[in-house]
Amino acid sequence: MTEPPEPPPLLRVRDLKTYFVTEQGSGTARAVDGVSFDVRPGETLGIVGESGCGKTVTSLSILRLIPEPPGHIRPGSFIEFEGRNILTLEPKELRAVRGNQIAMIFQEPMTSLNPVFTVGDQIAEAAIVHQHLSRAAARRRAIEMLQLVGIPDPEERVDHYPHQMSGGMRQRVMIAMALVCHPKLLIADEPTTALDVTIQAQILELLERLQAELGMAVMLITHDLGVVAGTADRVVVMYAGQVVEQASTVELFARPLHPYTEGLLASVPRLDASQQDRPRGRLHSIPGQVPAATAWPDGCRFHPRCPYAWDRCRAEEPPLLESGAHTARCWLLAEPQRRSSPVPPPPPPPP
Amino acid sequence: MNIWNWVALSGAAVLALIVVGAVRRRAGASASGRRFFRHPTAAPGLFVLTFFVMVALAAPLVAPFQPYEQIDVDHLQNHAPSTRYILGTDPLSRDVWSRLAHGARISLGIGALAMFVAVTIGAAVGATAGYFRRWVDTALMRLVDVGLAMPRIFALLVVVALWDRIAVPVLVLVIGLTGWFATSRLVRAEVLSLREREYVAAARALGARPSRVIVRHVLPNAAAPIIVSAALGIGNVMLLEAGLSFLGMGVPSPAPSWGNMIADGWSKMAVAPWSATFPGLAISLVVMALNAVGDALRDALDPRKEAV
Repeated sequence: MTEPPEPPPLLRVRDLKTYFVTEQGSGTARAVDGVSFDVRPGETLGIVGESGCGKTVTSLSILRLIPEPPGHIRPGSFIEFEGRNILTLEPKELRAVRGNQIAMIFQEPMTSLNPVFTVGDQIAEAAIVHQHLSRAAARRRAIEMLQLVGIPDPEERVDHYPHQMSGGMRQRVMIAMALVCHPKLLIADEPTTALDVTIQAQILELLERLQAELGMAVMLITHDLGVVAGTADRVVVMYAGQVVEQASTVELFARPLHPYTEGLLASVPRLDASQQDRPRGRLHSIPGQVPAATAWPDGCRFHPRCPYAWDRCRAEEPPLLESGAHTARCWLLAEPQRRSSPVPPPPPPPP
Repeated sequence: MNIWNWVALSGAAVLALIVVGAVRRRAGASASGRRFFRHPTAAPGLFVLTFFVMVALAAPLVAPFQPYEQIDVDHLQNHAPSTRYILGTDPLSRDVWSRLAHGARISLGIGALAMFVAVTIGAAVGATAGYFRRWVDTALMRLVDVGLAMPRIFALLVVVALWDRIAVPVLVLVIGLTGWFATSRLVRAEVLSLREREYVAAARALGARPSRVIVRHVLPNAAAPIIVSAALGIGNVMLLEAGLSFLGMGVPSPAPSWGNMIADGWSKMAVAPWSATFPGLAISLVVMALNAVGDALRDALDPRKEAV
């Protein structure tokens, strides 16, 4: 089978390192430590990982929104959007990319809207900044956008303040704000975490519909594998500031290679879990927690929590090893015979 | 005072009452408005302020004489208060009430304008320092430290002494330019916390330039402390102007300001106390009213009181 030649990626991130100098200069938090991935035009890329593994810092780095100091992106990092290195753009060029070609949705719809302006003003802001629309035109645009994101009575809602809206509505407003200039890439940082489950589903459906309508790529950052399973084309799994596994969604759920991904999949609660999978009906959890970013473990960063870890894992840091189109940062790929698992992972849920 | 002056004066008082009533009705609709009027001195303070503003605006109507007019230099010096000269006449035989009414324009005007200058500069400097941090913050805040360490009245006296007869706009500027230090500290502290809000990050992610982020997203959310500090600061500025004028270095005679009216009447305090006392009373009343309103505003606009 021959695949058609791939279009060049929209966004190429190579060896991204974003470090934070801690308060007393006692240490450097290597929040993102050598991350590489691509986003292709029109696709949805899921970025998954626990809290503290560097997902949000990665997304903020792409728009260069890292607070400096204490943070800085190390020289040698490379973020290319449509052939231009974002990290070397002048402030003015950077502002022309932000909100216009790459837009971002933040996690907390409650605090990401300015309480003193109407939602219409806030939606129109990007259009005014980038397209220099008049106030009247911007207002019409805001009403259109409210309609697009499925808010009833947009003509009336456009003059409401954020506090007059529910969480789901505000997240829709945030999406409208991000999409007003039809960006080519939308970075959605935990867009549904703060919302009810039913609202979550609506927002994800909305994102999917808008993505199809506007033909943009979406980088969906989440800790929720269920969200990824339903929406993403490809998945990047992050742990301790690194990419530990990368595959298409189907492939990842069918054949997780990294023990961390296995653990994540096993810790999703499932109603159909058989007695055999979970002997005492208990939910699987990965022991321990993400280590502090100032002191990543030597060798493989996951080894203190890994059920398979052996000497090599403690001594040598694995590179990203390939298995077809599937890559994982694990020595098990080099020595697959060691995968005689102490705790057999349950069969993964279908994507 | 003729009958029309009395009509105008009572008109001003009634209008002030009506304004306070209207404000109170409209404020009743919001929680912060109700908190404002819960302060026992808020409504009287607001009334006093509105009344003096009305008097200042309608000075030619409520004053029977021109403020500079020496009615009869030979026979009408230090005339005691009477029906014709309700607050008496001063040592130069000018009607104290007429000067008080016209002086309200100058004293209140200088207070408000100088505070406006101070708050504008203070907000700009504080927001710049708080938003950009790093060396901008350090440089600006050391400048503020210098400003705060300088005794203001002496600095003012030195600057004001450069002019023989200082023009009022220059006086406003000089008072404003020496009065923004505390405000900038306050605004900086507020901006330091506001800049970390998600909507500020969201605005930056939209591609807004820093000036737009500061003006549209940061400062409007810092409005409450700025308004309160301005309300409390006007009184201070008025006292300062009165002090300078009393020393003969503020508003130049014969233009009436409440401060130089005290200076004019001061020498005859023993025989004609009215010409210095009434402007003094006016200053005290207005400053007290400003403080009362400022306190009530602080209670009303402080979001931490929302839960109570």
